Amino acid sequence: MNKRLFSLTLGFIAAAGLVLAAPPSHVAIRGARVFTVSGPVLEHGTVLMKDGLIEAVGEGIAIPADVTIIDGAGLNVYPGLIDALSTWGIPEAAGPATLAALATPAAPAAPVTPGQTPPPPQPRVRGPEDRPNAFTWVKAADLVKPSDKQIESARSAGFTTAVTFPKQGLLAGHGAVINLGGETSGDMVLDPSAGLYTSQAARGFASFPGSLMGVMAYMRQLWIDAAYYKLAKEAYAKDPVTNPRPAYDRALEGLLETHRLLLPATSRVQIERALRFGVEFKTPFVLYGGHAAYATADELKKAGVPVILNVKWPAKEKDSDPEEIPSMRTLQLRDKAPTTPAALAAAGVPFAISSEGLDAPKDVVKALKKSIDVGLKPADAIRALTLSAAEIYGMAGRLGSIEKGKIANLTVIKGDLFDDKAKVSMVFIDGKKYLPAPEAPTPPRPSSGAPATEVGQ
Amino acid sequence: MKAARILLTAAVACVALCGMACAQQAIVLQNATIHTVTNGTLKGSVVIQNGLITEVGAQVLTPAGAKVIDASGKHIIPGIIDCHTHIALDSINEGSVSVSSMVAMRDVINPESVAIYHDLAGGTTTVNALHGSANAIGGLNVVLKMRWGKDADGLVMKEAKPGIKFALGENPKRQGQGGQSPFGGNLAPRYPGTRMGVEDVIREAFTEAKQYQAAWKDYEARRAKGESLLAPRKDLKLEPLVEVLEGKRLVHAHCYRADEILMLLRVADEFGFKIATLQHVLEGYKVANEIKAHGAGASTFSDWWGYKIEAYDAIPYNAAVLTRKGVLTSLNSDDVGNGDLSTRLNTEAGKTMKYGGLSEDEALALITINPAKQLGIDRYVGSIEAGKQADLVIYDKDPLSMYSKVERVFIDGIQYFDREADVAARARKDAEKKGLLEKEKATEKANEKPGDKPGGKGTAPRTGGRDE
Repeated sequence: MNKRLFSLTLGFIAAAGLVLAAPPSHVAIRGARVFTVSGPVLEHGTVLMKDGLIEAVGEGIAIPADVTIIDGAGLNVYPGLIDALSTWGIPEAAGPATLAALATPAAPAAPVTPGQTPPPPQPRVRGPEDRPNAFTWVKAADLVKPSDKQIESARSAGFTTAVTFPKQGLLAGHGAVINLGGETSGDMVLDPSAGLYTSQAARGFASFPGSLMGVMAYMRQLWIDAAYYKLAKEAYAKDPVTNPRPAYDRALEGLLETHRLLLPATSRVQIERALRFGVEFKTPFVLYGGHAAYATADELKKAGVPVILNVKWPAKEKDSDPEEIPSMRTLQLRDKAPTTPAALAAAGVPFAISSEGLDAPKDVVKALKKSIDVGLKPADAIRALTLSAAEIYGMAGRLGSIEKGKIANLTVIKGDLFDDKAKVSMVFIDGKKYLPAPEAPTPPRPSSGAPATEVGQ
Repeated sequence: MKAARILLTAAVACVALCGMACAQQAIVLQNATIHTVTNGTLKGSVVIQNGLITEVGAQVLTPAGAKVIDASGKHIIPGIIDCHTHIALDSINEGSVSVSSMVAMRDVINPESVAIYHDLAGGTTTVNALHGSANAIGGLNVVLKMRWGKDADGLVMKEAKPGIKFALGENPKRQGQGGQSPFGGNLAPRYPGTRMGVEDVIREAFTEAKQYQAAWKDYEARRAKGESLLAPRKDLKLEPLVEVLEGKRLVHAHCYRADEILMLLRVADEFGFKIATLQHVLEGYKVANEIKAHGAGASTFSDWWGYKIEAYDAIPYNAAVLTRKGVLTSLNSDDVGNGDLSTRLNTEAGKTMKYGGLSEDEALALITINPAKQLGIDRYVGSIEAGKQADLVIYDKDPLSMYSKVERVFIDGIQYFDREADVAARARKDAEKKGLLEKEKATEKANEKPGDKPGGKGTAPRTGGRDE
């Protein structure tokens, strides 16, 4: 295990010219309620961590003499929580602005202030051949920074790990599985190629692709072109005399590195459409969004496609027109969306949880609590936040459960994770202990829903 | 799960779930006035077995175990076919480019669009869902049956011939002015900006398509000779145009003015392909002979015009003139969003009896067998004949009267609309909606924290002086 982690991160470390930090100390949590997730809950369990990995877990296991012992009385120990679709770790400065600078074709037009001479019109995108809005060469692993301010608030909410993605554009780039701790960017990255994030951000008549069907046609053509590019490169490598030299194409280079595809699908129609569309790429794919998946659980199961569930449940918008009566379908979706996790669990569809759209990391668990109130088993909720996320991204050998040999990522709660009054006591990341940030003082005038820490999205 | 989506009665839902795969109970629609469209009108019965019409006549054999529906005093017509609509789609225009033949309406079908149900309630059973008219060569259309409750694939009429949308005149050249994009930003104009340019775009696209076609033919020939070489790059934009050139894909061309109609017919003749239908074609009456000579069909409106400059020189006799000149003619709705004109195409057809003196059968043909021919599906639908798919509409009165109402609609022998059942279900649906609204209100109240003051978050939206 250790070797695998090393080989993956070594490149980054070497590139950054850094030395490995001193190995974390030898720690044990003794006598806690341990949710192993892969096995039974241990009522008086001990978790032993050494050199960033879990060395042993069990009831009544021997603890060596030199180990720092944490008394687990009153503590629940979970595998480190994973945000399965996130932007945590990518500072905003390295987000849209940097990407816009990278994107010569079809960058979004800057707003024109009155009185200012408008910039010259941008050249028209001719079609797929101009590769508009495709940033497939962008990698979250290259953008993450341990200094990102979201990391601490995520840790304070019990998260140790995130699968973080660039979000700019239609094909926004490759996500990375990162630990929310570490001295350097390189330390953080567990897998630099978690999947290619795609959106359906069409831009109307202004630029291709301007519609949902345009987005779909564009993606098809890109995949055709990538396969063709690969063939042409191989032919040229074999015989550069008779075969033409294919023009270097960064969008296709990035596309060819895709091992997993993330497709958006929230409503029932979108989910059914994405299930048909996804198979065209002959690449494993995952749907994200999934609010109406309660109605399509059987289809998802049949297709064997996992869901990254967005837990910002659809609700009546604040300050919405009181005279406006929503459609029956809207009302049904609002009513039923929180039942989706239970429906997916019952149908055996693998699903994980995303923080997308929520104000603060701590809102993720709160939102999932709503699903528990309408029938989701807490064990299934925990699994979605841990092992299922690891499985979906092919990381279950290293993450997601409390087992010997796995990365020592733990979330330690004083009380039960889904109890409103419970507090995050500490988290361990690569065996290193982090304490939650002190809570912001209660504001003088109580206003519900205000985040304790300000987190920019 | 599936049943929750079907808004028809539970009994109908069961039949619908059964689908075409399993044997259906035979149905006999008895003692009705049957407008076959292709074989005149008779008093008698229609027998439906396994989704197909098996017998039509004054006297029929009732199959064992058949469900007999008494249709005394009622009228039955073949399901209405709307040759031009944009309903049940999640996007309509890929207007960013002048040739968007790479996009397909089939990708963006929205089977939950209530317009499908509206169409059913108006007797429309089949529609040609087309790309919009924002560009000279648009996307690929899809023919849908209004099988309300099915998923996107379940709506597609797989027997229909593939097609593509073209557009002439004002709409495709509108982007040529540039500068002002409705979506904001400073935008370079999109070629073309004139009618001449529209012609040029079509010519250029087909010139490119011919080169592409030739490249593939050359590749196939050389490969057949045993040469090892790289195939040409597959181009999703040009593939459908090659299909047009090879007669495998129908062209449905949006047009208004006589001059642009003639232009398109000339270009098509020059490149060696056919225009299947001229859509809207409001000035078609001026060039009916030329349209007939090319062999194109026409799909127009009854008496709707004047909504833009190119739509002014129109007459309500258009459909009748084209019909009399021997042009295969239909009427369409051009609906967007909710079903509108497509919910009353029968009365649109009726108008052609007043304007132009078409017979009842000729009028009905404009919305049944003629559009079926235009879409290449007349072997399956468009008339009441043994062997055709049982797409049938029962009206309480003569369907060409504006006082008539649709009572029941069958598609593939399955009842998808029942007026009585719809009316009976309204109270239950209203109660269900009220229940959900009340539940939401209760949750909102429960979420209000005791310390919340009026005007704070979570209180009723009317407080806080918003209305002042």
